Amino acid sequence: MAAKKVFGSAEASNLVTELRRSFDDGVTRGYEWRVTQLKKLMIICDNHEPEIVAALRDDLGKPELESSVYEVSLLRNSIKLALKQLKNWMAPEKAKTSLTTFPASAEIVSEPLGVVLVISAWNYPFLLSIDPVIGAISAGNAVVLKPSELAPASSALLTKLLEQYLDPSAVRVVEGAVTETSALLEQKWDKIFYTGSSKIGRVIMAAAAKHLTPVVLELGGKSPVVVDSDTDLKVTVRRIIVGKWGCNNGQACISPDYILTTKEYAPKLIDAMKLELEKFYGKNPIESKDMSRIVNSNHFDRLSKLLDEKEVSDKIVYGGEKDRENLKIAPTILLDVPLDSLIMSEEIFGPLLPILTLNNLEESFDVIRSRPKPLAAYLFTHNKKLKERFAATVSAGGIVVNDIAVHLALHTLPFGGVGESGMGAYHGKFSFDAFSHKKAVLYRSLFGDSAVRYPPYSRGKLRLLKALVDSNIFDLFKVLLGLA
Amino acid sequence: MAAKKMFGAANASILVTDLRRSFDDGVTRGYEWRVTQLKKLLIICDNHEPEIVAALRDDLGKPELESSVYEVSLLRNSIKLALKQLKNWMAPEKAKTSLTTFPASAEIVSEPLGVVLVISAWNYPFLLSIDPVIGAISAGNAVVLKPSELAPASSALLAKLMEQYLDSSAVRVVEGAVTETTALLEQKWDKIFYTGSSKIGRVIMAAAAKHLTPVVLELGGKSPVVVDSDTDLKVTVRRIIAGKWGCNNGQACVSPDYILTTKEYAPKVIDAMKKELETFYGKNPMESKDMSRIVNSTHFDRLSKLLDEKEVSDKIVYGGEKDRENLKIAPTILLDVPLDSLIMSEEIFGPLLPILTLNNLEESFDVIRSRPKPLAAYLFTHNKKLKERFATTVSAGGIVVNDIAVHLALHTLPFGGVGESGMGAYHGKFSFDAFSHKKAVLYRSLFGDSAVRYPPYSRGKLRLLKALVDSNIFDIFKVLLGLS
Repeated sequence: MAAKKVFGSAEASNLVTELRRSFDDGVTRGYEWRVTQLKKLMIICDNHEPEIVAALRDDLGKPELESSVYEVSLLRNSIKLALKQLKNWMAPEKAKTSLTTFPASAEIVSEPLGVVLVISAWNYPFLLSIDPVIGAISAGNAVVLKPSELAPASSALLTKLLEQYLDPSAVRVVEGAVTETSALLEQKWDKIFYTGSSKIGRVIMAAAAKHLTPVVLELGGKSPVVVDSDTDLKVTVRRIIVGKWGCNNGQACISPDYILTTKEYAPKLIDAMKLELEKFYGKNPIESKDMSRIVNSNHFDRLSKLLDEKEVSDKIVYGGEKDRENLKIAPTILLDVPLDSLIMSEEIFGPLLPILTLNNLEESFDVIRSRPKPLAAYLFTHNKKLKERFAATVSAGGIVVNDIAVHLALHTLPFGGVGESGMGAYHGKFSFDAFSHKKAVLYRSLFGDSAVRYPPYSRGKLRLLKALVDSNIFDLFKVLLGLA
Repeated sequence: MAAKKMFGAANASILVTDLRRSFDDGVTRGYEWRVTQLKKLLIICDNHEPEIVAALRDDLGKPELESSVYEVSLLRNSIKLALKQLKNWMAPEKAKTSLTTFPASAEIVSEPLGVVLVISAWNYPFLLSIDPVIGAISAGNAVVLKPSELAPASSALLAKLMEQYLDSSAVRVVEGAVTETTALLEQKWDKIFYTGSSKIGRVIMAAAAKHLTPVVLELGGKSPVVVDSDTDLKVTVRRIIAGKWGCNNGQACVSPDYILTTKEYAPKVIDAMKKELETFYGKNPMESKDMSRIVNSTHFDRLSKLLDEKEVSDKIVYGGEKDRENLKIAPTILLDVPLDSLIMSEEIFGPLLPILTLNNLEESFDVIRSRPKPLAAYLFTHNKKLKERFATTVSAGGIVVNDIAVHLALHTLPFGGVGESGMGAYHGKFSFDAFSHKKAVLYRSLFGDSAVRYPPYSRGKLRLLKALVDSNIFDIFKVLLGLS
């Protein structure tokens, strides 16, 4: 096996220079090129799904259904939408003009930013790498992808496939870890798109600030689930389970992190969860093949620590089994852990689900509001007023009522965070916009030039000009007719 | 005169805590509150214009017409638009749903970010302070405004008027310089809106990165003007003059910084400019009252230095007179200064206008592209193909064909920079959006729950789920009917 090439500052600089040359030469600007690249990405999805599934099994123990549906199918959808809509997205958008600038015509032109960097995450390595790249390419940029080293088989496969199919003069993959990422971050990019933790998000933004590089930061948080007693308990519980353990075993940015419900309702909820968990995963869930494993021993130990904390370990009401060798932790439910416990202080990102009970559901609003804004917030209820209040007053990246995570799949909704959970958004046209500069263009005529705005200034000119800018036709006529 | 109160880290922290409490109490969220504040801003414009004009004369020597039209009238327009449109802007935007998430309804809810900071500039102190504040208030935020200390009369008047008219529990002004700004920047804001230089823009973004605070940076650059020989020269020159010296004497972010034209046409351009300059400002422009002065001696010396540089001072073809005592520099035109001169390396922001000549106009594209992206780029021509090519290939914040700066006044166009000239945009609805979080909300029904996505997984479930996610009705039926 060949020694891995060093990728440091010099290599990063050369890479950006090359891509910038391609961009300046216009390689990425035309509709045809963008369509060709998107079609190649489609071929990757169509022809290489078994390899993708295998890599995800290697890296994460991800079940085939999750890999196939929640990564590959979603990507296929994303590519198909871009292919279908690209002409529309690329077309300038006419803007209405006003009396003040008459005669004129105006439009907003979407232009590529230039050379962009996409830094991806380990938990959905294909989806979170290729989906932003779809946006970058659709918008006409040259792009460098840096997949996560914590999913090495996926990283290697992404490199192989992108190199095999896409135009290397404008699309590149850089594999590596801290050294390589730091080298990349020293360069001047026209946009950086990062998916990962809030802690590293700060590092990314600070690096971007040196070059005035705009960023999209898709971060995380503790996404709460509020469960009302006025709900269909069976459906609620099934959706929570599949949204939590059925999505990479809780290792997802919009994973239900903790549940809020009333003291009264909690026992019913817990019983229903135990029942459905057994239906889904059998009597010994730690052996089920239908869940991802924990990604690595670092995260296993981190999650262990959350479980083992004093005042937390005795709150386990279901599960709690651990198998370090196989990197497995059973689906675990905890009841009323202390609010200042570790498990309630950091994003769990694993198969542990605390349930906090309240005297009444009203209190859930305050609990959520007292914490950093999460990427998602969920509510299960039949109560229309409660739904409206939740949607209007709970601040999160996105809100889903009566389900978990599915807003990800709806391309007409912007997907992104707020506050600690991030900035910017993507999916659908929002991806195209995220990688575009919306350039204002105003065309004026050289005819009909009025002297009203030219010096030397006078009272009359001032009055007329004010009326013109105020677009006040009445005043305009008054002044023109010498009546004011 | 009372000693100025110290404003340091503690004061800044208390200020943010106060405003955050008001925000959390819901003070700024309702439609009524926002409308009331906007109407108060309108009263400020309607009842205090003479004081505003006087302050601007104090700070900048700004002529009444400019103050009245280019600051107050533009603000009036901005407020009126917000008052007229606010209900629309505040309403959730329905989003189309798809087969994949059926049955569901979806919308995008605009919610305020929280407590925001607006840092303004000295050259249009009222416009650049109040216009972003209009956006912040319309979007339902609490806002702190930090006006520029380099326009002290305006800063004091802004503080006085806003304290007098606006709700001080949610809208505040902090006057000061580096100390106060630094103290403010240490706090956690939900958005920072900065107008100023690229150098300080980096400082702002780096400070924002510590708290994952999103930013809008309205910066500057060297906005080029390309003048084609196929144009109406008189109108062209008049508009350039009004756009340059008639807008705060060149001290504006979208000021025409330098001209690009052909060697052949340059003499005509220069002659026409001399003629119109005299028509506008008389034989002794230094004495014209129809131009702002230079803001202070620091900038005077900076501009002096640009003029005095070896290989530049001998390129003056018009003007060049300086009067340090009165902070005046005559409208000055230079011809073919070296490309690496100081005057061609930094944003001029003053009454000096270099003209660079080319063999043919084609070369202007390369000249512009080789430099940092400016906030605006201008072209004067009758040539339709040239207009189209310019608008599509020149990257700048905004483009105006056949005029200068007027795109500022068209609220349907986003106003902002790209690359070195900034990130984000505002004006019109873009202001409201700049200070909002666009929250995705998806409502799903608890009825009609299908087991297809629940474990235990099977081939059949996988196929059906794929078909569902692909929204392929044909495939769905095939699977459901057991045909595949």
